[in-house]
Amino acid sequence: MSSWLPKSEAGRRWLGLAPSYFVIGIFMLVPMIIMGVFSFLEPNPYGGVKPVGSLDAYVKLFFEYDLEDNLVFNPGYLNIILRSFQLSFGATLLCLIFGFPVAYYITLQPENRRNFYIYLITIPFWTNLLIRTFAWIIILGRGGVIETPLLAAGIIEDSLRMMYTDGAIAIGLTYSYLPLMVLPIYASLEKLDFRLLEAASDLYANRFEIMTKVVIPLCKPGIIAGCILVFIPCLGAFIAPNLLGGGKKLMLGSLVQFQFASARNWPFGSALSMLLLSAVVVTLIFYARAARKREVMEGSA
Amino acid sequence: MKRLLTIFAATAALLTLGSARAEGELFIYNWTEYTPPELIEKFEKETGIKVSVDTYDSNETLLAKLQAGATGYDLVVPSQNFVPIMINEGLIQKVAVYDLPNYKNYEESWKKPEWDPEHEYSAPWQWGTTSFAYHNDYSGKGDSLKEFFEPSEELRGRLSVFPTPDEVVSLANIYLGIPFCSEDPKQMQKVQDLLVAQKEYVVAYNNETMSDLIASGEALMTNHWNGFARLGRLAGAPINYAYPKEGVVGWFDSLVVPSSAKNVENARKFMNFMMDPVNMAILTENQGYGDAIKGTAQYYSEELKSAPEVNPPSDLNVVFAPTCSPKAQSLIDKVWTKVMQ
Amino acid sequence: MSAQMQQLSSGRKGRKALPVGHYRGLGSWAVVFFIFLYLPIVVLIFYSFNANRMVMNWGGFGFDWYLKAFQNDDIQQAVWNSLIVATVSTIVATAIATMGALVLARGGSFRGKTVSLGLITLPLMVPEIVTAVAVLIFFSAIHLNWGLGNVIIAHITFCIPFAFMPIRARLEGMDTSLEQAARDLYASPWEAFRYVTVPLLMPGIVAGAMLSFVISMDDFIITLMVGGAGSTTLPVYIYSMIRRGLTPEINAVSTLLLLVSIAIVTAYWILSKKTET
Repeated sequence: MSSWLPKSEAGRRWLGLAPSYFVIGIFMLVPMIIMGVFSFLEPNPYGGVKPVGSLDAYVKLFFEYDLEDNLVFNPGYLNIILRSFQLSFGATLLCLIFGFPVAYYITLQPENRRNFYIYLITIPFWTNLLIRTFAWIIILGRGGVIETPLLAAGIIEDSLRMMYTDGAIAIGLTYSYLPLMVLPIYASLEKLDFRLLEAASDLYANRFEIMTKVVIPLCKPGIIAGCILVFIPCLGAFIAPNLLGGGKKLMLGSLVQFQFASARNWPFGSALSMLLLSAVVVTLIFYARAARKREVMEGSA
Repeated sequence: MKRLLTIFAATAALLTLGSARAEGELFIYNWTEYTPPELIEKFEKETGIKVSVDTYDSNETLLAKLQAGATGYDLVVPSQNFVPIMINEGLIQKVAVYDLPNYKNYEESWKKPEWDPEHEYSAPWQWGTTSFAYHNDYSGKGDSLKEFFEPSEELRGRLSVFPTPDEVVSLANIYLGIPFCSEDPKQMQKVQDLLVAQKEYVVAYNNETMSDLIASGEALMTNHWNGFARLGRLAGAPINYAYPKEGVVGWFDSLVVPSSAKNVENARKFMNFMMDPVNMAILTENQGYGDAIKGTAQYYSEELKSAPEVNPPSDLNVVFAPTCSPKAQSLIDKVWTKVMQ
Repeated sequence: MSAQMQQLSSGRKGRKALPVGHYRGLGSWAVVFFIFLYLPIVVLIFYSFNANRMVMNWGGFGFDWYLKAFQNDDIQQAVWNSLIVATVSTIVATAIATMGALVLARGGSFRGKTVSLGLITLPLMVPEIVTAVAVLIFFSAIHLNWGLGNVIIAHITFCIPFAFMPIRARLEGMDTSLEQAARDLYASPWEAFRYVTVPLLMPGIVAGAMLSFVISMDDFIITLMVGGAGSTTLPVYIYSMIRRGLTPEINAVSTLLLLVSIAIVTAYWILSKKTET
């Protein structure tokens, strides 16, 4: 079975990566290049593009024409992008706070029960996101699952108005992406060797130190994977902001959607995505730099 | 590994089989739950053509998809303001609807519509209106768009508006007496001011759960569609669909054939089938919007005949949105982006 | 390992001396977590018995929507399409991601490693609508018209990073000494891989596959744009129902899907128990 494997390390390396390169290269990279090209073209008024070069889409990101046709700086789109980053950051943090202890708890369970818990986490996600979000409306809304008993008991007198707030968006986003946080953390915690914890304890580390100095550093790859998997989809999310938040403020996801659908300005939609893409890439590069620096420092210490 | 490959090969084989077009097929692409199964069964039985129905969620999606080059559909159902765009962009083809035997049933008042005056492209599906609806507890009477755009204090935090600009801006145009698709920035500034002021009162921008918002009391007034409001009322929500004196926005969905269609004759057969009053009555009964075919009313149920949402006052001003010029469209987008910032 | 665990968890019962690595409140935290996770599910199952047409407006108890769901060919077709797409893309994406992760986590550092990482995570970083339009343009440019096949290809592509992340997280820093030992005991590289690496990697693969499956089952925009004739999936069906209003029929279908999921896993358990003994 192994005879067909290339002998050299490099050969095997490229064999292992070939399928990923093939699929993502063809079906993701090529379309992205098409989009990149589109962002430098003129929009066709009814969707699509005209084969005429133009930087308008990028100008539009930062400037707008006022009534006298002067170019003025317009922070509108940048505000939307900033708002989306804040919201995604908040939701990622909530997922981490909520999900990490549970991933850890599952690791502490006997081996045969762990898969059961993992399975329990994924069951709810067999149900469509829209339907699950609707369920949250029933729970949080006026006369809903939370309010009705409180009203009946006389604890509150009027509606709590929990729906259509930023809090509702946060709950919705956290709920939508929780498994994307818990599963990678669990996958990396699961290999944790508990003898290390005992060793640390023998060296007079207290519980807090064991957690911060042993457990968390050891499962860092999982935490990072989880954070990336939650953060980036949150940036493009539009179901929770629209249905639970009332869609009163545009988010990046809805904005891009709007450009391709209602506004029919494909170049601008593409330019927005390019901006988002570069923002994410820059964040990741900074992170990678920081991580490498730390590695080097730890290595030399 | 081998087993995996077999599964994959089997799936691939299935897929190629599925995409092979035989004679006697018809691929319809329509809004979901907009194509009653009993109609399809009836058509299949009468003609022997095998029908397959796929679904989309908005005119914009349909247009974007056709623009990007999607193929395989024989019939699609855009609203009136998308028909001229599709004609101009060469996305749909002439099928001589005027030549079909059942064309004689076309309601006279609906003949020669702006979007397809000669009936070369489109056959009727359903038409409806966009207005607002209010809760039984609301103190107003819903007879003016003022109640919707410049709400009274009781609507603070209890008003819901559609989350996409086209219908909202059109309603605002009607209210302000500004022509649709205005290219005048000053006029659109007025629209923007109106919508920004209205936002103070809005609890949610929503076109999914309007009836639920009313039923739970979360909103006292919402943007609404007539047929959808009727369904909400029949389900027990205290909904009243409003017919403001200034007028309401109308939309008209029609059957058209994409240029890339492979089964054009079958598509025409279906168009003809739908212009038979018996069949169109089935659709209207199922949907509760309006139709444009003579002689359907005799097949309606008593409930439908008397539903207020389907029987507007005779003097109602229904305005159909035309296709906006790129300049007008970009003003609308600007206004909406400002409102949403 | 397992015996040690048992010991640890039995030690947990004594409240005074909590064993190393255990923390107070962890169990109750998990309980809250699962309530949070299941509350909406309970609500949606409850409302599938709603006799009313509106999902959120309770109108009495009834099974009508289950009967409707069983008679609705379109919905059944959509469920089938969803299950086929999710299953095939999960299997393929997980296989591809595992291979990639093995190289990137184990292959040491080599030129092009960062680029490869970036490429694999690319599908994550692009807004869905952009992917959707771009892939559709690409598909129609190369005249790819495989109906459901188009959807499967697109799903495989965006599922790869979701499968990749947990597998790589698991691999990173995973002890290679066991594999080394296996090689020392004259196991071929394949045997070492098959009998040592894969079992060790399993939790990561399972997590990755589950994520892919869940993501694929939920995707709407990409499927909507990319799918050819005859490829309406359940999410596309559901999202497009909006103009007519959602009905509890969707809740009924969701409840049935949950039952299927539970049945599959139970069957898997019984089977794996049998092979163990």
